[in-house]
Parts: sequence; structure tokens; C-alpha cells
Amino acid sequence: MPRSTISRRNLLRTTALAAAAAVSAPYVRHSYAAGKLALGVWDHWVPGANNTLTKLCNEWGEKNKVEVSIDYITSQGDKDLLTASAEAQARAGHDIMSHRAWQIQVHRNVLEPVDDVIKALVAKAGPISPVSEYLAKHEGKWFGIPTTVGSQVKPCCSRMDLYKQHCGIDLTAIFPANDNRDPKLVDTWTWDLYLKSAEQLFKAGFPIGLPMGQTSDAIDSTGAMFRAFGSVMIDEKDNLKVDSNETRAALEYFKKLMPFNPPEVYAWDDAGNNRWLISGKGAGIQNPPSAWAVAKRDNPQVAAQCWTHDMPRGPAGRFVGQLPFFYGIWSFSQNKAAAKDLLQFLSEKEQSRQLVAASSGYDLPSFKSYYDFDTWQKVEPPSGTVYNYPPRGDEQPTITGYPARPDIATQIYNQSLHTIMVAKVCQGNEPIDRVVKWAQNELEGLLRT
Amino acid sequence: MVDIVRRYPGQLAKPAFQRRAGMRQFVRRRTTIAFLMCLPLIVIVAGLIIYPALYSIFLATLNKAQTRFLGLGNFSYLLSRDTFWMVIEQSAIFALTAVFFKALIGLVTAHLVNNLPSKGQRKWRGMLLVPWVIPLALSTLGWWWLFDPTHSAFNWLIRGFGGTDVPWLSDPYWARFSVILVNVWYGAPFFLIMYLAALKSVPEQLYEAAQIDGANAWQRFLHITLPMMQNIIAITVLFSLIVTFANFDIVQIMTAGGPRNMTHVFATYAFLLGIRSGDLPLGAAVSLFMFPILAVSAVFILRGVRKRGREIG
Repeated sequence: MPRSTISRRNLLRTTALAAAAAVSAPYVRHSYAAGKLALGVWDHWVPGANNTLTKLCNEWGEKNKVEVSIDYITSQGDKDLLTASAEAQARAGHDIMSHRAWQIQVHRNVLEPVDDVIKALVAKAGPISPVSEYLAKHEGKWFGIPTTVGSQVKPCCSRMDLYKQHCGIDLTAIFPANDNRDPKLVDTWTWDLYLKSAEQLFKAGFPIGLPMGQTSDAIDSTGAMFRAFGSVMIDEKDNLKVDSNETRAALEYFKKLMPFNPPEVYAWDDAGNNRWLISGKGAGIQNPPSAWAVAKRDNPQVAAQCWTHDMPRGPAGRFVGQLPFFYGIWSFSQNKAAAKDLLQFLSEKEQSRQLVAASSGYDLPSFKSYYDFDTWQKVEPPSGTVYNYPPRGDEQPTITGYPARPDIATQIYNQSLHTIMVAKVCQGNEPIDRVVKWAQNELEGLLRT
Repeated sequence: MVDIVRRYPGQLAKPAFQRRAGMRQFVRRRTTIAFLMCLPLIVIVAGLIIYPALYSIFLATLNKAQTRFLGLGNFSYLLSRDTFWMVIEQSAIFALTAVFFKALIGLVTAHLVNNLPSKGQRKWRGMLLVPWVIPLALSTLGWWWLFDPTHSAFNWLIRGFGGTDVPWLSDPYWARFSVILVNVWYGAPFFLIMYLAALKSVPEQLYEAAQIDGANAWQRFLHITLPMMQNIIAITVLFSLIVTFANFDIVQIMTAGGPRNMTHVFATYAFLLGIRSGDLPLGAAVSLFMFPILAVSAVFILRGVRKRGREIG
């Protein structure tokens, strides 16, 4: 019988080493260490979309022995903003929070830099949308990781039957559900043609519906229109630029366009334009495919005639409002390494594919290399209806307030200066010069240090 | 020379007993009991009102990143903005108009209910209190649906009678009217119940004496009811003024301050700047603007109440 070689001294040494390893293990900042991660995530409006995110997080958690818990927080009543603000002030709460567009800049002082994650993602997936970079980067450091969930652009969603019948425009020919666009045809889709067709549709009893209130749909699409005319409020070097011929040209254009909208657009919230299209009264809005998706459920006949396509081109180019969402890791998180690993996992192409599919194509990743997901080709009716939702041609994503410093731009955006200017001119019948002067005064105030 | 005091066991027991008796006496004192019973409330008030109030004063003196002390910089900045002056004007219009109509409707309704036979009065009192009992966020959503910019139920009715649509929420002046209307609907029952209680406490003999002297109903109201209710009216108005000035839910749900910022009140504008635009110190400064306005009105109203109290006393 072999004799045991374990001496009392060896036993003691082994036990001491094992105890030391056990004690130090929880402090290893590595995702494979057992630990917990708490996420506060935007509550998706698409039924079932949250389940896919939960499934992916659980898969990752099981594989990495990390206990992941998720709180889905609605953006109704800005509850997500309130939660993030409270956690930032209290320096306590979740490890990861999802933030809407500007909130990364708002909370960057309490967010962990995530350059390592971005670097790894860019190496695999290629460049990130410039709008996301503008919103999440500060002094060369990234403070947020663009999410697939919730991120969106707001192109045109039009009734193709009404455009064909009353304006003689075949939107499916200009923007087909494939990559074989005719550039000459695409060039015809300008703000001038949009105005002309808006008048025809109005006369036919199916007005377009551009929200002109103080919520994000209105702010995003109006900002993109101003940009198409070359209008800038404040440039990147803090120079006031609002008092320009471009701003005046944009306001003159709105003065012609707004009478062809229903008068209640000045009070619409983000659901107002959706309801307008779904009700069958409206010929077109500027929105992600949420309006189409609800129409598919509530008014399938309208949904079958909806076609999502590029924004018109203006003198300065073709711009579409983009509203990316981000994940941020709080600097007070106890498990930053695991948080980074999870976010990298969620941002990879395969996971993004599943998330896009779960949202029926509503979620738009910030990587252009992900625009080949088949969801945008598959969902219907009609076949190919949201194929052109991701910007595929000369359409450039932008965000209202750009190119001002994000600190300034967030205020331009959230205080709705663009839509208020339009409302003052078109609803309040104020002279353009006075409105420009008003905007200049407001902007001077925003530049205070 | 040092005096040495000898202590015997019997002598030692006495001070301990006296201490216990003193403690018992202290606890038995009415003021102490009152203080102890109020202590939980004092802790809650200190934790949830005084501390946040002091913290918001501190916050209002910082820059946007909360890294630099600005003193009164945020306040002077706000006072230099046209939009903020518009918010002050709108808050005053909103609060004063709403409180006036709440008081008026409350007074009239209280009289009507008071004159109902006592048998059915309880039912009416209950029904009229309903708007005040429903959670405000819920009832305001209901009103929002009634005023919905595109599918307003009121407009549907108006069209049914051959009228044209009213831009309840899309025209700034109609929007102001709508938010004030909802505030009056919500707040009038509070005035009603307070005034009703005051009416019931007016001695019947005064009315009988006035009637014998030949006073008509209007004279009785002017010379008996109104003077007897003055203190309740003043306190109710003060309380309502504070609550209405600080109102957030109604405006936020119905208009979010639009169109053209023309329905913003202090609370919604503070939310816009502090939470949505990420400038918490500026938001705190906006909300603190209510404080001096309300403090001054409280001083005047309470001084009147004290004066009348002394006259009666």
C-alpha cells in the first residue's frame, strides 16, 4: 500500500495557499470571477424585444459565472433620465445604465471610459456612426458604447399609394428594396419636390404630418431639415452662426411647408405623428418603423402601403436625424471589467442581429457594417418596406445641435430651439428677423461658462 | 481642608430614586410627550423637506458640472433671459387665475351643498370630492385624451353640434386655458370642503338675528358669512397658492411647456433645464425662484389671519 507523502508542514502550506486564493478571488476584476452585474435598461416598446436582451445577458452570465439582473426602465415621463440622474448624484445604483443620446455628455464625470471596448469593436466591425462618436466621446475618450437597442434614425415613412395617386411619384422606384438605386431618380427627391407633393397631398385631403412640438421626433426631423439648408446655430468653436442666409432660407421654406400640415402639429408629442399615419388621414411622416409596426397591428391596410425611405435633399445635402442610445458604466460600479465584457458581447454582430430581429428592424446599430441584416429585407407588408431605413445612399445622419460642443448642443436640442423658431414664424406669424434675433439671444445665454 | 462626606448605603439609594423620579416627571410633562410624539414627523420633515431644500440652495450656487461656486450667478443668468421672464409671467397667470377660480367655485358650491337637505348632502359631498381624490397624474391623462390635438373628444362633440375644432393644446392661449381648467377642476373640491366646514361653524343665531333686522341674503352673506370665513379663506388661498405655483403634473402631461414654451411654469421649466438639459444647478435655481414669491405672500396672508384672530379674541 503506497504511503501518503503529505506531511503536516505540507498540509499547512497547501491550506494557507488555498485560503489566500479563495480570499483574493472576488477582487479579481475579470468577468470569469463570480460576481454580480445590475443593468438599468431602456424598456423597449416592441413587445418581446426585452426578452431577447434578457436571453442574451443570461447566456453571457451563465457562461461567465456572473449573476446578471436587469431592470427595464421606461422612457415615458423621462423615468430613465430621472433614474440616471438620481444614481449619478447618489453615486450608487446599477453598474450599467442605458442613456439616451445626450445623457453620456451629461453624466460623463461619473462614467467609466470605455476606449478599450470601442477599440475592440471597431477592429471587428469597422467605423462607428459619426453622430455616436460626437455624442459619446469627450477629449479623445469614449464614455459610452452605442447600443443596438433603442438607437434609431428618422427618415420618411410615406404612403406609397397616395404619393403615386396624387403626386405621380413612385417611391418604390426611387428607393427600391435593393442596392440598385438609380442616382438620377434619387437626385429628384429634394425638399422642393417634397413641398410640391405636400401641397398636392394637402389638396387631396391627405396632408403630411411634421410634428412641431418640443419632443424628440419634432426636434430630430426639424434639425435635419435645417441642416439640409446649411443652417448652423453655433459652430464647434462657439461662434454664433444662427443669423445667416441659410437659417433664413430654412425658415422661409417652413413658412411655405407648414400650412400643408394639420394645425395641431404644434401640440403633437412623439406619438402624434404615428397616430396621424396609422389613422389613414396622413400621407407621410418622418419616423423610425414604429408607426408602420403599430399600423401593421391596428390598421393593416395602411401598413401595407407604408414605405420607409430617405429624406429629401437640400442645398447642403441629404440629412436624416439620428438618435443613438448608449450603455454607460458608472465609475462607482463594483464590477467594471465584467460590465465591459458584457457590453462588448452585446455589441457584436451576431447579438446585434438578434436584437434587430426582435425589434422588427426598429433598432439601428451604429456600425454601418451591420446594415446587411436580413430583418430589414424580410419584414413586411409590403415586401421591403423598411429596407431603406438604415441610411444606404447619400443620406448623412445628423443630430440637432451639431456641430456645437455637445455641452451647448444638448441645450439647443432639449430646449427645442429649432422647432420653437419654426412655430414662432409659422404659427405665431412673427417676422423671421425677430425670430432669428430671439434665437441669437437664447444661444448667447447657452454659451455662458 | 477637604470635607469628607461619608456615604451610607441608605443615602446612596436616594439620589438614584430622585433621578428616576425626575425622568418620570420629564416624560410625564405634556410638552415632552408632545415633542416625542412629533419626533417621527420632525425627522421626516427634516429628511425629506429641510435637507433637500438646503441641498437645492447649495446646488443652485454651483456651475453646471457642480465643480465651481458661482454664488448668485445662476439667478442673475436666469433674470437676464427673456424665456425665464415669460416663465415667471406664466407661472403667475397660471397660479393666480387657477386659485381665483378654485376659490370662487369652491365658495359657490359650498353654499349650494350647505343649503341642501342634510339627508342627501353626504352623497353630494362625496361626489364633489372625486376630482380631488383621483391621483392627479391619472386624471390629467384623462383630460389629455379629451383635449387630444387630433382626436379630441370635446372637438368630436363640438363638431356634432355643427361647430369647428378648438385647438385646445396646439394654440398657446387655448393651451394655457386648458391647463388652468384642469387645475381648477382638480383643486376646487379642496376649497369646497374647507368652506363647507367653515360655513357649518357659523352660529345660526347670527343669521336669525340678521333676518329679524331685515337683512336680505346678500347682506347676510356680506356681513356675516364672509367675515366669519375670512381666516379659512385666507389660509386656503395661501395653501392652494403654494401648491398651484409648484404644480408640475398637469402642465408636464398636457403640454410639456409647449407650444413655443408658452405654458411652462417654474416646475416644468426647472425639469427641462435640470433633468432634460442636464444642468441640475440651473434647474435648482429656477425652482428656488418660487420661494421668495411664496414666502412674501405667506407673510402677508398669515399676518392678516393673526390680526383677525386678535380682533376676535
